[in-house]
Amino acid sequence: MADLLRTPLHALHVELGAKMVPFAGYDMPVQYGLGVMKEHQHTREKAGLFDVSHMGQVIVRGSSFEAAATGLETLIPVDILGLAENRQRYGFFTNAQGGIEDDLMLANRGDHVFVVVNAACKAADIAHMKAALEPDLNVLQINDRALLALQGPASEAVLADLNPAARDMNFMDVATLDLNGVETWVSRSGYTGEDGYEISVPADAAEGLARFLLSHPDVEAIGLGARDSLRLEGGLCLYGHDIDADTTPVEGALTWAIQKVRRAGGDRAGGFPGADIIFEQMRNGAPRKRVGLLPEGRAPMREGVVLFASQDATDPIGTITSGGFGPTIGGPVAMGYVPTEHATPGTTVYGDLRGKRQPLTVSKMPFTQANFKR
Amino acid sequence: MQFTEEHEWLRADGDVYVVGITQHATEQLGDLVFVELPEVGATVSKDDEIVVIESVKAASDILAPIDGEITEVNEALAATPELANTDATGEGWFFKIKASDPSQLEGLMDEAAYNAFIG
Repeated sequence: MADLLRTPLHALHVELGAKMVPFAGYDMPVQYGLGVMKEHQHTREKAGLFDVSHMGQVIVRGSSFEAAATGLETLIPVDILGLAENRQRYGFFTNAQGGIEDDLMLANRGDHVFVVVNAACKAADIAHMKAALEPDLNVLQINDRALLALQGPASEAVLADLNPAARDMNFMDVATLDLNGVETWVSRSGYTGEDGYEISVPADAAEGLARFLLSHPDVEAIGLGARDSLRLEGGLCLYGHDIDADTTPVEGALTWAIQKVRRAGGDRAGGFPGADIIFEQMRNGAPRKRVGLLPEGRAPMREGVVLFASQDATDPIGTITSGGFGPTIGGPVAMGYVPTEHATPGTTVYGDLRGKRQPLTVSKMPFTQANFKR
Repeated sequence: MQFTEEHEWLRADGDVYVVGITQHATEQLGDLVFVELPEVGATVSKDDEIVVIESVKAASDILAPIDGEITEVNEALAATPELANTDATGEGWFFKIKASDPSQLEGLMDEAAYNAFIG
């Protein structure tokens, strides 16, 4: 196996007793001493610190923010030009078939667009941008900064101790903040369904900042295991599982991310890969849709479980793409794809679990109330 | 108490054996969230997959450690799977089995041998 990459916080994870696992080419902490269940609950109740430095941080710069945004709108079906300065939004790269090549965050940073992409996709995303964008746009991967996520209801108080300006940020605001004498790029966002921040910090200052945050009695280090159960309860997609190059934003129930101005009839409609297919599905519906699924009973149903319309149907209708135990729900939760006619909340479908058909109820997501600061 | 290489423990209780999984196993598995126990009265053979356990991370099978008949299962564990994490060799027991071939017990490890095995 090729050598695993290490984030700037690797030594700290090991010192804290983390169980390390390979993830997207990095040696990453899946859990610390608390274990997945308690780490999950701690994040929902207080605050959790996550190392997400494996994710890709990219600056796209042109002659102006508008130039960079205009270029990126040819690859991404969201309103980037309309982002106010120091505001962020969710988006995704599409392909010619309307599928999703990666999902990402985009921020207007005044004279450039700051992009955060998934670890497993970052090399492909950067190559894609470099190949597809006009040569006068510069695509710069930021390799000398770590990325921390501080998530949970106590996050605001913890970060405001270091810089009171953190308190004034709203959900999806972005700011340059001095934290302990270090210039950080902070967004009020995350991927747990909780209020919180993502903090881009110079690599050589990352461990010091992480130690400082962890010294707060309300903050615990949280691994990828709880990150997965938190985002699942939050109804948030994991790229490569819940969405991929073969799922469109309509199938993935992500059309909310495509603002009106980019939709058919909008001032800047289309102009991104797969627009015709995506618009056709927005008009007429897609054959299948990503839905939340609540298994009956206690047994988790995980990725790959095949779904059927009834106890005795022979032909499958879909599959679970993410599933597990939701510590906040106190029971199993899942998401997956079903034909649109089975996608109405309240519909019962059946999953094949070790040869037995177990009922699941199609449910609205998120499973847990999102607690963002609006 | 005796131990298997599958990280089960067996403790004699009258003419049956109480079976569970070791503390070491529960630490490796993480927090248990689901346990599916065998049916009382079932006749099982050594290495049959008779219990399904799910942790926050993954599903695993527990194998019958010996041939025999299931005489009792721990309903409290089915309702509260974390008992296996908090009290692996006590309240977290899985089932009781009546051995049909007691000679199979002879190949199992004692505590010292098991501790060496998990090193």
